[in-house]
Amino acid sequence: MTRTSPSSTRAIASQVARKLLSAVVVLWGAATVAFFAQLALPGDRATAILNIRSGQAQVRTPAELAQINQQYGLQRPVIVQYLDYLRGLVGGDFGNSYQQYRPVTAIIGEQLGATLTLSLTAIVFAWALMVVWVTLTAGRGPRLRALGSLVDVVAAGLPAYWLGIILLLVFALGLRWFPVIGGTGVNGLILPALTLAIPLAGFMSQSTRTEFERALEQPFVISARMRGMSDTGVRIRHVLRHAIIPSVTLSGWALGATLSGAVIVESIFSRPGIGNVLVTAVSSQDLPVVVGIVTLVAVVYVLANLLVDIVYTVVDPRLAAS
Amino acid sequence: MTGTASTTSTAATAAAAPTPPASRRTALSRWARRPWGLYAAIAFAGVLALAAVAPQLLATHDPLALDYPHSLHGPSWANWFGTDESGRDLYSRVVFGARESLLIGLGAAAVGIVLALLLGSLAALAVKPAAVVVDRLVEILFTFPALLLALLLIAISGPSAVTEIFAVGLGTAPGYARMIRGQILSAKRSAYVEAATALGHSRRRIVFAHILPNALRPLVAVFALSVGQSIVWASSLSFLGLGVAPPSSEWGALLDAGRQYIVQAGWLIVVPGLVIVAVALTATTIGRHLQSALERGEK
Amino acid sequence: MSAPRLKVENLHVAFTAGGRRREVVGGVSFELAAGECVAIVGESGSGKSVTARALVGLAGRTARVDAEVLEIHAADVRGFTARQWQRLRGLEVGFILQDALVSLDPLRRVGAEVGEALRLHRWGTRASRSARVIELLTRVGVPRASARARQRPDQLSGGLRQRALIASAIALDPDIVIADEPTTALDVTVQAQVLSELEGMKRRGASLILISHDLSVVAQLADQILVMRAGEVLEQGSAAQVLGAPVHEYTRALIDAVPTEHTRGSRLSPVPVPEAALGAPALAPAPASAQAGPVLEARALSKNFRTPDGSITRAVDDVSFDLGPGETLGIVGESGSGKSTTARLVLGLESLDSGTVRLLGQDWSGIPERARRPLRRRISVVSQDPLSSFDPRWNVERILVDAVPRSEYRSTAARKARAVELLGFVGLGPEVLPRFPLRLSGGQRQRVAIARALAPRPSLIVLDEAVSALDVTVQAQILDLLVAVQASSGVSYLFISHDLGVIGHLSDRVLVMKDGVVVETGEPAEIFGNPQHPYTRELIASIPEFDPAAIAERK
Repeated sequence: MTRTSPSSTRAIASQVARKLLSAVVVLWGAATVAFFAQLALPGDRATAILNIRSGQAQVRTPAELAQINQQYGLQRPVIVQYLDYLRGLVGGDFGNSYQQYRPVTAIIGEQLGATLTLSLTAIVFAWALMVVWVTLTAGRGPRLRALGSLVDVVAAGLPAYWLGIILLLVFALGLRWFPVIGGTGVNGLILPALTLAIPLAGFMSQSTRTEFERALEQPFVISARMRGMSDTGVRIRHVLRHAIIPSVTLSGWALGATLSGAVIVESIFSRPGIGNVLVTAVSSQDLPVVVGIVTLVAVVYVLANLLVDIVYTVVDPRLAAS
Repeated sequence: MTGTASTTSTAATAAAAPTPPASRRTALSRWARRPWGLYAAIAFAGVLALAAVAPQLLATHDPLALDYPHSLHGPSWANWFGTDESGRDLYSRVVFGARESLLIGLGAAAVGIVLALLLGSLAALAVKPAAVVVDRLVEILFTFPALLLALLLIAISGPSAVTEIFAVGLGTAPGYARMIRGQILSAKRSAYVEAATALGHSRRRIVFAHILPNALRPLVAVFALSVGQSIVWASSLSFLGLGVAPPSSEWGALLDAGRQYIVQAGWLIVVPGLVIVAVALTATTIGRHLQSALERGEK
Repeated sequence: MSAPRLKVENLHVAFTAGGRRREVVGGVSFELAAGECVAIVGESGSGKSVTARALVGLAGRTARVDAEVLEIHAADVRGFTARQWQRLRGLEVGFILQDALVSLDPLRRVGAEVGEALRLHRWGTRASRSARVIELLTRVGVPRASARARQRPDQLSGGLRQRALIASAIALDPDIVIADEPTTALDVTVQAQVLSELEGMKRRGASLILISHDLSVVAQLADQILVMRAGEVLEQGSAAQVLGAPVHEYTRALIDAVPTEHTRGSRLSPVPVPEAALGAPALAPAPASAQAGPVLEARALSKNFRTPDGSITRAVDDVSFDLGPGETLGIVGESGSGKSTTARLVLGLESLDSGTVRLLGQDWSGIPERARRPLRRRISVVSQDPLSSFDPRWNVERILVDAVPRSEYRSTAARKARAVELLGFVGLGPEVLPRFPLRLSGGQRQRVAIARALAPRPSLIVLDEAVSALDVTVQAQILDLLVAVQASSGVSYLFISHDLGVIGHLSDRVLVMKDGVVVETGEPAEIFGNPQHPYTRELIASIPEFDPAAIAERK
């Protein structure tokens, strides 16, 4: 065949642009879903807001309702509210909480840092656990392989609350290696991060293990052995790079999953973070806060995926195309 | 004559000789290789079914019987799982809670799979414009982690058992929808579908005879897995206080109630949690064996 | 006389799986002298690859290797520890595997792969290693070596990749080189380059152990030949002896099975063609389609593809040809020539960008798919990998019954009977019906695929690399079967292949393609005897010479 190819940088740039556009579409869709979720609150919104604020349901005077409608702009046509909402989002404004008349962004911003730290630490732990575990147990004898696979599946299915409490009871209360109440120091980070990391590691190990064993069968491994490389050397220098590809692709999802898992973990270990904010908001039906947090996590997920995707496109177009 | 007699006698002695060690060893290893995991899972599933249908047969105490003098006691011969803050026997509460918990789990799994099937098939098989829209919708929903989608629904409709079922179902659906879509697409692009096209079969015939059966084959294991997963998710929601309210014996509610006593009476959470983990494992094991049995029948 | 570089006596290799022991290699013995080439020849399952790997201690974790003698450079390697093996591999023995696309790590740079042996054996410094890598690549004929070293294997063409693979194996100048199918899956022009590379190594004093199923490749290089089947060495001796005057009937069958333009019209396999295939009526194309004009008319076919990095590839460019009834048209070309795409265009599995196809005088390419469906029974396809073309849940009976036209065979019983009949044509018995394709051998699967292709009584069968994945003796049987079916039923074949020998053996006319364009057409005698176009000439010149009689006389 005859090939006519444009400059490769132009091709890469166009691919990146396409991915950016796709991400924007997804984000727009997520924001729309979030917006309509807010509208879904049953009954009259102004009444609902007042009930949430006061904590009790009662008949409201028109004057009170008018005030709320003014504050939140609830009487305007849906389209206007929607466009306003989108405009606000782009500017970083998620609306105001129903319960406390404060911007959602302020409420979230106060607590986001702690949760992000927890989430990222958990991902680092998960990677470390997974790499060591899979490198040691993959591709060796049927019994070890079955054991490794079993541990992967069991670990991936462990509920965060159960695992967290077990770790708390054993390591904090029992062995006294770590503090019981979270605290903000490094010591207080380890158990919560492990609670999130172990199931994540189990999940990632499953696909990594499959890739690892598939790569071990490939001819290039034999080529490397034929040059005088040891078995361990081959695993680390050749196979590992292939095996972690699916897990790198999962990184965006992992960030979203750990952020949402933090909700439970923060509750167990009494750590500050948006988890508590979220739970309070859900039980009091404070939709703007709930929607704000959920949308934020979605945004983080999309951005993280986009970043991983772009890195792939630049580094190896072949991988990006797969 | 003597010849035949001697041959028969040697044959007899050979038959009467004890089994040589080699074959005894292989018989033992064959016994060890039996699927003990599956047997355990089936047994446990049977116990669960019994607990759901006739809990009074398995429970040792009345789950609602208050007994303050014996509150917050650890596991003992009298109370196998210990007692809660009102002196109620935890084991009996777990047994009586099985029905509601399993119903919620199965219901959520059903909602999730049905929704996923619908979305996934449309995204893969519908006419171009509709398929693209549904595909985008699934991608957008997938950006919300399952737990958060569930929480969103609960924030809108308030916590209850029914909300829990739909919330968990909605939360897990996008992930499965993506998987189903991927399976259908890869079946669509396969060489055997192409061969069927070359034979001149109609598109409808190809979809129903080839694409759907092959794409949905792994669904058996997935559904079983999702039952276990749904029970875990539902209990997580209850743990946060957003599921079924106490004093229900539903397992998640037990977890919620036990939250305040983490330090003094850890078993209040650990034991029901263990039961939940066991249920999830059972579901996964049975699902995987069912899957390989189905596939083996076609080899 | 100096000691042999490698000496092996009575080598046995067995695998233990699930408590059972299976012997894969039984009793291989030979000596490898300086500058000599020993070739081990056999089909799949013969144990030749396992033998090669066992010689360097890489037979596998579950393998048990026993030998009375196994010496490399006069050292007894039978008791070697892992570390001793690591010191020996790469330094004293180099190993070349087939298909550089998967034998070089696709995620690493070519330079890193070539220089890995140097690094492992602590040769020189980082700077001197880079220089050596460039020197090696230049030596094996890779132009602009320093730029190439920084690229990844998939960015190089097939030929350059294979040379890079060779460079990586000889980095430390080992005087023993083992090459396991070094030319399989390569275009014939690239194969010629690789063979000349190996010849060069031999001239410079290296000893070669060559593993191959291709006798013509072996004939070029080998001094000594071992013929293996199912783990046993059936014949062993000098090349002249084994190729010129073979003793064992298997060796004779192997030699006779190789198709060339000279074997046209003769049977390749000693196995007789099934009786049923020789009976005409049940196989003949449906009467309505029996006509005088051409079966297939292709005019100015063109197809472009868009690759992921944005460039446009012209896969097929202005290709035209005719195919008459009972005729075989062979399309030959190397990878990327567009021959497979042409086949898919003819079958209507790809849409044409421009051009027309007429089937049996009727418009074929211009009509919508819905109108094409009832006509599809006139044209069938057999592809390279039959297994993936079968629904994985279906057994043979279901596969065949599905292909039998319902309009002609109304009842289930009638369709099943026809399925049995079709199996008979291809030489399989009814006991195959309940089996699943996974449990059949490669040859049996291809026979089922051919039976399925015959089911609708087509006028034309498109065979896309249909015999390329088969062992040479099995290939011979299938080729004989195809010839017999055509003779008795008058069906036309559009035969796509990269294998010039098969094309020469089977075709009435040949089309040579390169880069999407038809470069030359003609009858086999002209194409092979008097090629006009420079590319055709290069192609024909690259075919390794295989003339057993000449070899016997030469040596």
